Amino acid sequence: MLEIKDLHVKFHSREREAVSGVSLTIRNGEILGLVGESGSGKTVTAMSVAGLLPRRSCDYSGSIELDGTELLHADRTLLRKMQGKEIGVVFQEPMSAMDPLMKIGEQVGETLLLHHPEISSEDRYYCALAAMREAELPNPEDTYGRYPHELSGGMLQRAMIAAAIISRPKLLLLDEPTTALDVTIQAQILELLKKLNREHGISMLFISHNLNVVRKLCSRVAVMQKGILVEEGQTEDVWENPHHPYTKRLIAAIPTRTKKEAPDHDKF
Amino acid sequence: MTNSDLVLSVSHVTSGYSEGGFLSKRARREILHDVTFDVHHGEILGLVGESGTGKTTLARTILGMVKPDAGTVTHYTKRPQMIFQDPYSSLNPAYTVAWILEEPLRIFGKYDAPERKRRVADMLARVELPEECLRAKPEELSGGQRQRVSIATALIQRPRFLIADEPVSALDVTIQAQILKLLKELRDEFDLSYLFISHDLNVVYQLCDRVLVMKSGAVVEQGTVDDIFDHPKNEYTKQLLAAAE
Ligand SMILES: Nc1ncnc2c1ncn2[C@@H]1O[C@H](COP(=O)(O)OP(=O)(O)OP(=O)(O)O)[C@@H](O)[C@H]1O
Ligand SMILES: Nc1ncnc2c1ncn2[C@@H]1O[C@H](COP(=O)(O)OP(=O)(O)OP(=O)(O)O)[C@@H](O)[C@H]1O
Ligand SMILES: [Mg+2]
Ligand SMILES: [Mg+2]
Repeated sequence: MLEIKDLHVKFHSREREAVSGVSLTIRNGEILGLVGESGSGKTVTAMSVAGLLPRRSCDYSGSIELDGTELLHADRTLLRKMQGKEIGVVFQEPMSAMDPLMKIGEQVGETLLLHHPEISSEDRYYCALAAMREAELPNPEDTYGRYPHELSGGMLQRAMIAAAIISRPKLLLLDEPTTALDVTIQAQILELLKKLNREHGISMLFISHNLNVVRKLCSRVAVMQKGILVEEGQTEDVWENPHHPYTKRLIAAIPTRTKKEAPDHDKF
Repeated sequence: MTNSDLVLSVSHVTSGYSEGGFLSKRARREILHDVTFDVHHGEILGLVGESGTGKTTLARTILGMVKPDAGTVTHYTKRPQMIFQDPYSSLNPAYTVAWILEEPLRIFGKYDAPERKRRVADMLARVELPEECLRAKPEELSGGQRQRVSIATALIQRPRFLIADEPVSALDVTIQAQILKLLKELRDEFDLSYLFISHDLNVVYQLCDRVLVMKSGAVVEQGTVDDIFDHPKNEYTKQLLAAAE
């Protein structure tokens, strides 16, 4: 359903490309994990799909097709139509995507306002509450009327998830969506994502540094380093038998609850 | 223990936020309830707990950004530093990374320009940031690069006490291991103490000496890492550890 072909992105202010020839596909109903070095181009890849590249400050080439519609070179009007409705995005840093002056609940319901103007404001309110509840926000009625700075890091992250899933897009781009969540809520969010994937067939690109979470959620995984896709395969295969040296190092560095005197420890 | 062993003492602190801005007289929302703990010299104290429970609020209260309604916070060091959970909002968007890192040295340090540059370059290398990041503004960086800028800004000031709020959550595990190693080295070299807030229990287990567990704004359990992880007493601690399996 999503096909990225030979994507190149180079920011004018940088010498090296942020993304160098990445090709990736996400099949219908698939959850693809994207992991890799910090700064390796994961977010830039996702932003290219979402039509959110700062086009004026970079050069880009290649193609990105969502069910046959070309996105990378598409004009703004088309992209705006896709955003929220066809493609939902959970940004790595929620604050960067939130309007500080708008109530949380209104931001959660915003894609409904844009894409389903026929829905009454009362219904929109209830839809927003329902989405917030799905995303495990406690007291949605209370949280609805608060502003972004009044929420904890993990609450904002859940508000962002609620905003992304409210209109049941075809594709969800999740960029580090669980970094600010405690393990209990994280487990609930993973269940929610699995359920949306199962019941609504939503496909997902799941970017994360938490490799244990990726292993639990994603059937396939791609590994990036320095703008290049260095490895791709079934998650279990990659874990059991990583080929690229970077993948090997990555898997070896997963923090575990080993006793402090364990041999693993000299890395810390 | 005598007070000279302490870098921080938090005693029966109750704290929260006023609703609806500065002028309105609406109720105060109490977030922290009767929180008490100490941080000792050279200690890495972990803080774990529910999302939304008040960990960041506790950090803000310790630094005086939020005034406690009751109880006391006593610092035994000067200029404690904080690595904020959200580097996006805490780094000045108008300046380059080079400027942001050099600024505290200009204000507090007694170093000339070449020495400042040397220290900035050294810190940049220690947090594994490529040199080209120096010329970038915060919004032109990746999430993990921003987080490392924020770590570098705090560490370059050579604090004696550092509060780190989810400092490695945006880093891949290899760089994360590098940063954790750096934090330990600084502790060993400079007797630096930390309050280390994290949702990653494995990281807390590997890095910290003692842990506080928070739930609904209260500390429900505290003890050494081995005690808490191997013999948790509180129901919530048990749940948390089970969910991390
Ligand atoms: N607006 C921009 N201008 C210039 N360079 C940028 C911009 N945005 C990102 N970059 C650079 O592009 C590279 C890739 O960044 P990207 O955000 O995709 O990394 P990432 O893989 O998501 O990393 P992380 O795991 O740290 O979030 C980085 O070197 C970053 O500094
Ligand atoms: N500026 C503020 N004004 C009003 N309420 C706030 C403010 N900041 C936080 N809160 C509230 O205080 C509570 C605790 O938030 P805090 O950010 O301390 O949680 P946390 O433990 O750090 O959570 P997380 O793990 O998600 O970061 C939350 O209910 C939050 O909504
Ligand atoms: Mg990123
Ligand atoms: Mg917090």
